[in-house]
Amino acid sequence: MGDNMCCCGSADVMDQKLQEIIERYKDTNGALIPVLHEAQELYGYLPMEVQMKISEGLGITLSEIYGVVTFYTQFSLKPKGKNRISVCLGTACYVKGANHILDKLKEKLGIEVGDCTEDGKFSLDACRCIGACGLAPVMMINDDVYGRLTPDEIEGIIEKYKNRQD
Amino acid sequence: MQIYRSHVLVCGGTGCTSSNSEKIIKEFEVQLSKEKIDNEVKVVKTGCFGLCAQGPVVVVYPEGAMYTMVKVEDVKDIVSEHLVKGRIVKRLLPKDNMDIDKDDASLEKVEFFKKQVRIALRNCGVINPEDIDEYIAFDGYKALGKVLTEMTPDQVIDSVKKSGLRGRGGGGFPTGLKWEFTAKSQNQQKYVLCNADEGDPGAFMDRSVLEGDPHSVIEAMTIAGYAVGASQGYIYVRAEYPIAVKRLQIAIKQAKEYGLLGNNIFDSGFSFDLEIRLGAGAFVCGEETALMTSIEGKRGEPRPRPPFPAVKGLWQKPTLLNNVETYANIPVIFLKGAEWFASIGTAKSKGTKVFALGGKINNTGLVEVPMGTTMREVIYEIGGGIPNGKKFKAAQTGGPSGGCIPASHIDVPIDYDSLIELGSMMGSGGLIVMDEDNCMVDIAKFFLEFTVDESCGKCPPCRIGTKRMLEILERITDGKGEEGDIEKLEILAKNIKASALCGLGQTAPNPVLSTLRYFRNEYEAHVKDKKCLAGVCKSLMRYVIQPDACKKCGICARNCPVNCIEGDKTKAYVIDQEKCIKCGTCMEKCPFKAIFKNA
Repeated sequence: MGDNMCCCGSADVMDQKLQEIIERYKDTNGALIPVLHEAQELYGYLPMEVQMKISEGLGITLSEIYGVVTFYTQFSLKPKGKNRISVCLGTACYVKGANHILDKLKEKLGIEVGDCTEDGKFSLDACRCIGACGLAPVMMINDDVYGRLTPDEIEGIIEKYKNRQD
Repeated sequence: MQIYRSHVLVCGGTGCTSSNSEKIIKEFEVQLSKEKIDNEVKVVKTGCFGLCAQGPVVVVYPEGAMYTMVKVEDVKDIVSEHLVKGRIVKRLLPKDNMDIDKDDASLEKVEFFKKQVRIALRNCGVINPEDIDEYIAFDGYKALGKVLTEMTPDQVIDSVKKSGLRGRGGGGFPTGLKWEFTAKSQNQQKYVLCNADEGDPGAFMDRSVLEGDPHSVIEAMTIAGYAVGASQGYIYVRAEYPIAVKRLQIAIKQAKEYGLLGNNIFDSGFSFDLEIRLGAGAFVCGEETALMTSIEGKRGEPRPRPPFPAVKGLWQKPTLLNNVETYANIPVIFLKGAEWFASIGTAKSKGTKVFALGGKINNTGLVEVPMGTTMREVIYEIGGGIPNGKKFKAAQTGGPSGGCIPASHIDVPIDYDSLIELGSMMGSGGLIVMDEDNCMVDIAKFFLEFTVDESCGKCPPCRIGTKRMLEILERITDGKGEEGDIEKLEILAKNIKASALCGLGQTAPNPVLSTLRYFRNEYEAHVKDKKCLAGVCKSLMRYVIQPDACKKCGICARNCPVNCIEGDKTKAYVIDQEKCIKCGTCMEKCPFKAIFKNA
């Protein structure tokens, strides 16, 4: 996943990069999903303007693109927070109390699943199994995995990211 | 070529990577060069050893000593004691392996590995998955060479049929037959696909194979391409598995460089190319027709069958689809013979099965056992039993499409047919253990939430039916269950099974049906007595302060987020049940353990 939105320069640069992605896949069969993956990596999410540009570039109707974007959970129409928290709700984590972890996060951040805090620092998602079932319950913040969690640990972990100045 | 006296294998699977195995590898390199033995000892990053519960795992050869829960600080000891002085660092050996001496510290002596037979996982935790030479050194691509230079496509299909291999992705369809159907379809263009969209939450077998031994899948797909007459393959892999994707990319690149993928492989005139396609987080895409629709770049909705993929699949061309674990078995069938493979397992289920052990079990991780091994052996002998002295309640197999196996059936031999008989299924291999603290109605609700979330919406029985079932389950766990709700669930389940379009919908009611079959009393307790026997369902339980045990400190009241606890220094504190939100903070904070959960 790309680091964040608009970190790598002006809108023009981003636009040029998007055109490059489209150009690279233009003649591939079934190009849409790989293009959406890379576009999301570039922008952090898939706003309508980006979908429109992909529609023009690949010659696929906007309605079809919107249909695909909303079908798959990996694609997001909303920007994500600076720190993306994702709590695993796979079976192994669930039987070990992942819902208590999620409840605690909602309480501490004051947001629901799928939302972003007002200051843009955190977004909260639930995901289905990241495959670290041996460490259940598990959550991911950006690319860091936190395993064998208990609800008491949540506050301390959040604090660590809150004060990060990067 | 450099000869090393010792090899240090460090697990680089997802589980161990998230507990710092990358840093451990770096520390090994630092310590080895400090001791000036970095030209005698080689550090290898491997795939998953399987014992994820005790990760990060490090194995030192030639002794085969297995070190568990290794911390960066421990590396110095392993280097100075084991690698310099030749003394095993006993404090880091797995618990059940503590009192043995150096000559006997080998991997096979660890209880967890004793009953396992590794075919699909043969190279996981043994080779460096990012180095094709290591795969070749372990007979890699030898099967492909044999197939392309000595066998006709018909003979290849015959061998797979004789081996008795059945699909490891869930349904258990005979693999050889599938190959034969695709081979018989007449078309210039055919495709070979690999389903690596492991969607069952709680299953990570396929991920571990891709991370630990990606070349075995590439080799098998090429063999399949030769057998059915396809020149192009696609691996459809979950985007949530970044390490697996990266190692596959490396493996494909290396295979192409070695001429093991591409044009005229082994000078046989046969050409085969392979591409990776990333999934995008949709469980239904594990269904074969939906997976193909997704590769085509569309919403991953299933198509009605027939026509079956063997006739009209990807882009309307004949297509063969197998899952990762199925493919991982293929090279071995050609190396050791179909008869050898068929000699392992039971009458109708041949070979081995990989399971991802998770939930309330001591040795969470990955195990591979011969078909016919009993559930008891897997849970107690390999899995090390249930933690904290709790009682085993049920094992869930088959994920959202499967069911539960209760304690009364724990001696069932694990094979396709026995599990179906008990109302569950083999599934892809997730095996989640539950103890007395898990509420079975809540578990059924969990799986229904999952299917409702993941239903693609194309057919009404799945889209609307599962939603109605979930609503009833929510009512029941909320303490608002009505007389007749259980029967309504049964009728809905029967109808959805009969009428849904694809496998996802047809099997969605299974978790409810199977928990009803074995734990009907729990459903009835929720509906009639408004009680959750396991104390899980919040609406049906209360927190109570034991007046005799209360020391009147007031810590509970100060921590209560809704201020519903009252009392003072003269009388014991009491929780106002009307206002209580059942968060459990009071119980957590009470220093005298005077607060109890009351079912």
